[in-house]
Amino acid sequence: MNIFTTEFILGHINYWLFIILMMTGLYIVITKGNLVKKIVGLNIFQTSVFMFYISMGKVSGGTAPIFPLDGIYDPSIAYSNPLPHVLILTAIVVGIATTSLGLALIIRIREEYHSIEEEQITILEDTIFRTEHLPTVGKDEAF
Amino acid sequence: MATQTTHHVAMTLADHLPILQVLIPFITAPLIVFIGRRELAWPLAFIASATSFLIACLLLSKVIGGGVISYQIGGWAPPLGIEYRVDAANAFVLFLVTGIATLVLPYARYSVGAEMPQRTQTLFYSLFLLCMTGLLGVTITADAFNVFVFLEISSLSTYVLIAQGSYRDKRALTASFNYLIMGTIGATFFVIGLGFLYMATGTLNMADLADRLAGQYDSRTVRAGFAFILVGMGLKVAIFPLHFWLPNAYTYAPSAVTTFLAATATKVAVYVLLRFIFSVFQPAFLAETSTLEIIFYPFALLAMFAASATAIFQRDLKRMLAYSSIAQIGYMLLGIALLSETGLMATILHLFNHGITKAALFMGVGAYALRSKSTFYIDLQGLGKTMPWTSAAVVIGGVSLIGVPGTAGFLSKWLLVQAALEQGYWPISMLIVASSLLAVIYVWRLVETLYLSAPNSEQPIREAPLSMLLPLWIVALACIYFGFETDITLGAAKAAAQALLAGSSGMMH
Repeated sequence: MNIFTTEFILGHINYWLFIILMMTGLYIVITKGNLVKKIVGLNIFQTSVFMFYISMGKVSGGTAPIFPLDGIYDPSIAYSNPLPHVLILTAIVVGIATTSLGLALIIRIREEYHSIEEEQITILEDTIFRTEHLPTVGKDEAF
Repeated sequence: MATQTTHHVAMTLADHLPILQVLIPFITAPLIVFIGRRELAWPLAFIASATSFLIACLLLSKVIGGGVISYQIGGWAPPLGIEYRVDAANAFVLFLVTGIATLVLPYARYSVGAEMPQRTQTLFYSLFLLCMTGLLGVTITADAFNVFVFLEISSLSTYVLIAQGSYRDKRALTASFNYLIMGTIGATFFVIGLGFLYMATGTLNMADLADRLAGQYDSRTVRAGFAFILVGMGLKVAIFPLHFWLPNAYTYAPSAVTTFLAATATKVAVYVLLRFIFSVFQPAFLAETSTLEIIFYPFALLAMFAASATAIFQRDLKRMLAYSSIAQIGYMLLGIALLSETGLMATILHLFNHGITKAALFMGVGAYALRSKSTFYIDLQGLGKTMPWTSAAVVIGGVSLIGVPGTAGFLSKWLLVQAALEQGYWPISMLIVASSLLAVIYVWRLVETLYLSAPNSEQPIREAPLSMLLPLWIVALACIYFGFETDITLGAAKAAAQALLAGSSGMMH
């Protein structure tokens, strides 16, 4: 069975976009050494999930899920599913909190390390790690 | 709040315990910030945490016989409304989290005072309560998306709490940043997984999810959802290859924070894993996908040996204990993988016993950090003589970590060995014993440093203050007490294991 028909690809276009966006974000987080870029990558990654949830709630032909003002419910009108949208509002708030906390941490890291490049920070930390609390000469009986 | 009424049912304060469990620390956290007075922050935090502990005890006493408390938030019935559900499994975890928090707070008063500048201390207690709120919420809720929300509340406050270690060592900042990246990826994976499950079922209530998933275990959407949830939560649990955030985070966080996190955060994540594997999905699903053979056994065994071996070669006691935590998580995973009542009992019991053991050890490390300004072995030489009370408690913790008979650590490891033998997996039971021998090595190294080496520094080192010794000794004695008195822990673990293995029928009203 060949599932890769045009219909399959076009019919799932929202998922393809979600996957592309998600992978772009993850790729940036993993490969970039600049801490700000990592946070941006993380943001793209999270945004892809927002898109995934929002597109999930779409009902074909469905309209905005607003209850009619006159209170008369017409069963012939299809409504989109509002629940995933509401869920993702919460996730967006979490995303904003994460981003701002990440950026605040970067500011503090820059104050302490004078760099926001992971490579330089790692070199600095390795130097500290290798030299800290080593036994002084003549006192090496414990190690 | 006391006498809210829902549809035709008058409710008393006792009926609202499940929501109060989460609400009390949640409301106290901003209250501390609004009052903004440093001298009031600690008492308020302590009252909130002690009240939570009382509530957790009440809840545990109600459900330890195998009962279930279901609480509908705002009177909206599940599956549409959000439901809080307390059974033996999560009441036991609530008991652990609130108990440890109530002990860590008195300890933190002196420790935080020494490790942090005055201006951040008020906010510290507020964040501590927020972190606790998140952990309690994750544990008590029966709504899958609610788990994510509370998980992020606890995670975000954890990142800040870890970064507070930067006043002692600037590497706390990068440790916190790395944890933020990994933790967010984990939590986002978890949400993606939930999305898949929602697509397949159209519901988020755990019991409802279990019902609707039952017929679709071969659906690719459901399987992908399970994989995302497992990896996402695995990052929080620090399952062996996903543990890279843990050593630095534990090493550089303030002592009180490390104690709290090591004893509760990963344990709560293990609980969520249990809940999803056994209640939302069924044990039958695990058998069908061979998750256990491919993921749980190899990684659990790897963690037990690789992390223990790494722990032996550390120069820093705090980092050594962090690696030992990763190894101990291996035991918990192994209990899950054995997929039997005894195995699950071992996991749940070890979750609790390891929680109090690590609390004792990290509290001791915090006392050393306070007095000798370092947690490196080289600076701890001979402290057994100058800090006798702290060191004795640390040794009790160490002995419980190895699993010597008569301590809490022994019981859970013994159960785990039994569970392996029950299934006929005798090589696994041998491996459990073998990895415990690795623990003997690193604990012995600690004892040797404390008692058999000549003191390193010229200036005299005093014993830790009473406010730190008291909580330390309470958890240290608990390590022994729960090694003999098994009614509470074993009873709760048994009820919890049975409830979990009953699968979704255990989630019914």
